[in-house]
Order: sequence, then structure tokens, then C-alpha cells
Amino acid sequence: MLTLERIDIRQDEFRLTAEFKVDDRALVAVVGPSGAGKSTLLNVISGFFAPVGGRVLWDGADITDAAPGKRPLSVVFQDNNLFPHLTAFQNVALGIKPSLKLDKAEAVRVNDALERVGLVGMELRKPGALSGGQQSRVTLARLLVRGRPLILLDEPFAALGPALRVEMLDLVAELVRAEGATLLMVTHHPADALRIADQTIVVANGVAAAPVPTQALFDDPPKVLRDYLG
Amino acid sequence: MADRAQPLIRFWPGFGAAALVAALTLGTVLAVALRAEGWAGLTPSDWAAVRFTLLQALLSAAISVALAVPVARALARRRFRGRSLLVTLLGAPFILPVIVAILGLLAVFGRNGLFSYLFGTIGLPAIDIYGLHGVVLAHVFFNLPLATRLILQGWLAIPAERFRLAASLGFASDDIARVLERPMLRNVLPGAFMVIFVICTTSFAVALALGGGPKATTVELAIYQAFRFEFDLGKAALLALVQFTICTVAAGLALWAHVPEAGAPGLDRAVERWDARGSGSRWLDAALITLAALFLLLPLAMVTVHGVPGMAGLGNSVALAAGRSVLVALAAALVTVVLALALAFAVQAVRGTIGKGVLEGIGYLAIAASPLVIGTGLFIVLFPLLDPVSVALPITALVNALMSLPFALRALVPAVAQVEHQFGQLADSLSLHGWARLRHLYLPRLRRPVGFAAGLAAALSMGDLGVIALFADPEAATLPLQMYRLMAAYRMDEAAGAGLLLLVLSLSLFWLFDRGGRIDADT
Repeated sequence: MLTLERIDIRQDEFRLTAEFKVDDRALVAVVGPSGAGKSTLLNVISGFFAPVGGRVLWDGADITDAAPGKRPLSVVFQDNNLFPHLTAFQNVALGIKPSLKLDKAEAVRVNDALERVGLVGMELRKPGALSGGQQSRVTLARLLVRGRPLILLDEPFAALGPALRVEMLDLVAELVRAEGATLLMVTHHPADALRIADQTIVVANGVAAAPVPTQALFDDPPKVLRDYLG
Repeated sequence: MADRAQPLIRFWPGFGAAALVAALTLGTVLAVALRAEGWAGLTPSDWAAVRFTLLQALLSAAISVALAVPVARALARRRFRGRSLLVTLLGAPFILPVIVAILGLLAVFGRNGLFSYLFGTIGLPAIDIYGLHGVVLAHVFFNLPLATRLILQGWLAIPAERFRLAASLGFASDDIARVLERPMLRNVLPGAFMVIFVICTTSFAVALALGGGPKATTVELAIYQAFRFEFDLGKAALLALVQFTICTVAAGLALWAHVPEAGAPGLDRAVERWDARGSGSRWLDAALITLAALFLLLPLAMVTVHGVPGMAGLGNSVALAAGRSVLVALAAALVTVVLALALAFAVQAVRGTIGKGVLEGIGYLAIAASPLVIGTGLFIVLFPLLDPVSVALPITALVNALMSLPFALRALVPAVAQVEHQFGQLADSLSLHGWARLRHLYLPRLRRPVGFAAGLAAALSMGDLGVIALFADPEAATLPLQMYRLMAAYRMDEAAGAGLLLLVLSLSLFWLFDRGGRIDADT
């Protein structure tokens, strides 16, 4: 279980507080106006931004000061999720060993992951030779081989067209459920949240609120969310 | 657009400039070739000079690049107070008068320098700085900062997002080195190595001051000796041809290796690194940065410390030499800017990439030509007409201007293209042509690159000890030459005073022009 305990984030004039828990295996959307701090919240959880106060806990263990790669989570950024000079296989293999020295069993795991995301035959292509959707699939294959229990997505499919985005969201939801992982996903689209997230965190006015059921939230949105949705 | 009337003024000055540059570079080489003795005229000692030139350039480039890699890595991943000042300082050796730097290096590494003194207190012998290692040391002093900047550029060109992705995947420092840093270095290092190699093959002042003798003579120095001491013009011309061959091959290799850009902006940011937080790597980086800064600053500090008392005892001859040098520097700056603007406008106006390439290429010819080769050629051409010594100063200014031209073009050609792209159609619609376009559009928009180019040309000319040594009139020395003479006569206090004066004048000229281009520039 992910716990944010009296988290206090400051950057110049900007301030954001967070105090909530996220249940295991929950699929949670993070919504809110631009600049409210959705990405910063994810960066605090993933270790790329240090809060001035409070603790991040995973299953009761304090991970506030752990290095990003040592946390029990995987991140998918808005872009630049792949190294352009490495092949699809290598980009996935990095999720097992950064040294890329895989034994047979590990190589099989990489190929299995690529197969699960539908990239059979694309192993040796570099990102430049893949479409946007295929690049996203490589990133998802790496999530699978890393097998971390918490997955953070920061508007990962913003660059894809609507149909492709829906397709990728469904794939993410399917994979996350199959792995029994927990998902936190920043999105600008209420439809995305309604499609796959059972719960939603609203980030607005300097507060990241505790997750509430998505359907109920959008059926009767509080004022901050109404202002944002327009 | 195709039938747009092109005002002539934008062509002809450019063609004139190109013709002048071609005459001074290719023309002088032709003069040298016609005058040169046969290749059989090369003695074993000449071949030794060729070998020494290549060896010292190879060592200088290899050591500069090898030391620059860890320093650039430290600068790329650390933030500290004074970091951007230090990065700016790394650009300073480029406009530093060579002879001043040598004086500073002598004060630190010489027989009577700091290190010899420290060694003496623990009973070790003094250091002998003269010879191959001294030449290489001076070249590393000049080129380590350049290499550091080039490599730092490579590091900062790796998108910050890749380091973030690496951190999210738990990369250790070795993993980052293998996946991100080594591929970058494989791209950047050959170019950095070759550009330093080219610079070191044309080194004259360093070899003059710290080399010499049968074991440590470069080809440039051999030209000077054949010219000044043996009065053997045929031999000097032959050596000049050898030098031209070396430079051309080396410059060709450098182009092939793709020289990276050092001037690109944005060097004053550091990349956030999650892998390098351990105290071991922090201490290592702090030590590297401190050592590099000391290596750069200590010689300059010594010049200042020794120079201040020496300033008081400076005689008339130094003051007159300083005055001559300032005039030469101003003339060189003017000629550089006029040539560069004329060429840049012509490059912009000529249609077709081949025409543009040829014009711009002519401007870069000076990279492969060495001042002493041009000087020898000019002497051969002028000698039947007039006493070359009587025009020593104008020739110095002209050759200096030529040497700065490639850097000026590098700044101005893209700037002119940008002005034309942004405002060309507006100017056309207002019939702003010819002088009006120059005065009301180009010059105001180009103030910054023009100021920078003029500052660079003035500072380089101010500190130049090359062609002037060849033509030197005992009565009309420039400040660097006068300073060298004081050093050769072991009048070190006066030399230190003259050195400080030269340093201050060079940096002031650069600052004044560069600053002048920035103030009130409405960008």
C-alpha cells in the first residue's frame, strides 16, 4: 500500500500538500488543472523531486529518501521513455539488468513481454523505426519485465491519436490487472479516468485530495473540478 | 522570389573579399611553391622538425582530450557557486596572448618557478621546462579548456530526460557510462582531438619560447630560423610548403572527423544526476574541478603578481610597442569585420548551395594556412617591389585579420541568414536595398555578432607573435615581440610588466567590443 504522510511540496511560490493512502491493486487517475502539481506529485513518489516535509511509505517502509531506481515502482514519462540508440529488445532488457548481460531465462522473459504487448518481430528495431503506438508498447513491455508493484504514468499517451490512446489505455489496464499492480495515472481527459480508473485523485488549489470513486466524482463534481472541467 | 532584383552591393564586396582571401592564402602558397627548392632540399634536421611537429601535436591533443573527459564530466554533473564563471573562463585561453601564458607557465613550472621552489625545499632538483614536455605542457594549458568545453557540450547535449529515465531504471554510474556517456564520447572525441591536433601543428610562439634546438623544433619554427638566421628563402619556402601540406591533411582529417561546436549556448546548466550522489564521486569531482581551475588560473595569477611591480619600470620602448599593437589590433578588427560581413552577405545573396559553399569555404581557408606560410609567401611577392620590413605592421594586421576570419564567419553567416529570414521580406516590401538595408536592417541586427567578431579579432591580433617575428623591424616591434625580446634577454621583471600590460590590453579590447555589441542591442 502506498501512503503519503503529511507530504509538503514547495518550489519557489508553488506549494502542494498531500495526505492519503492508495489501496493495493487500485487503478487511480490523477486529474486537475495545468500547473496544479500533478506531475510534481508523481515526481515526489518516484524520487525525482524531494518534498520539504512528510514521508512516502510503501507497505509501511519509508522510501522518501530512496534513489529513484531503488523504489518499488516503474515510471512512464510523457516522452523520452526509450533510448533512441538501443533496440526494442535492449530497451526492454534494461528493465531486468542495466548491464544488458542477460542469461537465457532473462532473454526469454524479454521476448515474452514483447509478445504480450504485440511486438513479435520488432525486437531489433530502434525506436526511430517504430510508430508512436509501438514505442508505447515497448515501454509497457519494460514495465512487465521490471515487475514492480506500483506503476506511475505521467500523461503517457498524450502524443497519440484518440483511437490509439484508448487502445493503449485498455492494454495498460489489462496488463496492470493481470500483474496485480497498483496504477497512478495523470491524465487531462475525464474519459480516460472514467474508462479505466476505479478511483481518482483531484489535484487543485495546493492540495492533492485522497482518492475517491471515479464515477461518483464525475457524476457530482466538487467546485474545483467543475471549474476545471468547464 | 526567383526574379527578385538582387542589389549589386550585396555581391561585389563579397567577391572582392573572397578574391583577397584566396590571394593571401592560395596565392601565397603558390608563391612559396614556385620559390621552393626541390623536395630533395630537405635535410635530416628538417625531417626531425616534421616528426617533432607531429609528435608534439599528437601528444598535446591526446593529453588535452584525456584530461578533459573527467573534468567535463565533473562540470556536467555538479552545481556549485562560480560554476558559470569557471565555464566562461574556459573560453579565455583562446584570446590569451600566447607569450603571456608562457611567462605564467614559466613562473609556475619553470626553473625558477613555484614547483621548482617547492621541490627545492624537499631536496629535489629544479624542473627543466624547455623541450618536448614544455611545448606539450603549454599546448595542454591552451587546449585542455577548449577540449573541456567541446566535451562538456557533448555531455549537455544528452537530453536530461535520458538521465531521468536511467535513474528510474536504477542505473549505476557504470551503466550510465556504457549506455549514455561512451556513445556520446565516441562521437565527440575524434573531432575534439583533431581540432586540437590542427591547432598544435601550426604552433609557433610556444615552440619559439619553449622549444628550439635540434630536438624540439617545429616546422613553423624551422621556417622562421631558415628565414631569419640563414637568410635562405628557398629553404624557408620549401619548409612552408611542408607546413602547408601538414595543415591541409590535418584540417581535412578534422573536417572528416566532424568538429563539434564549442560556441553553442547553454553550457551554464548542470544535469541532475541521481547516480553520482556518493561522497566518493563528489570528492573526486571537486578535486578535478579544483585542479583544472588551478592549472588555468595559477599561471595567470603569477603573471599578475610579478607584473604589478614590473609595470612601474616599463620603458618607453614598451609603451611605444603597446601603442603599435593597439593600432594593429584595431586595424585587424576592422579588416576582419569588413571581410566577414562582405563574405556573409555574398553567401546569403548567392543562389545555390555550391556557390554558397565555395564562398564560405574560401573564408575558412585560413584554417589550413599558417601565419608563417602566408608571411613567407608575402615576403617572396613583396621583396622585388619594396622593403617588406617597412610594411611589417600593415602585413601583421592583415594576416591577423585573416586568421580571425573563420571565427568571424562562424558567428556572422548564420546571423545574416537569420536576419534575412526574419526581416528580408519586410525589407523587400519597403524597398530597403543597398546601403539603406545595410544601415537600417543589417548593422543594427548584427551588432552582437559583429561586436564579438571584432573583439575576438582585436584580442587575437593584440597577442599575436607570428608573422611579426618574421618581418620584425628592430625599431617597430609590437608588444608581444617586445615582451619576447625582454624574456630572451632575461629581463624578467620588465617582461612580467609588459606581460601584464599585454594581458590587460587584450582582454580589455575583447571586452570593449563584445560589450559594445551587447549594450542596447534590441533583441
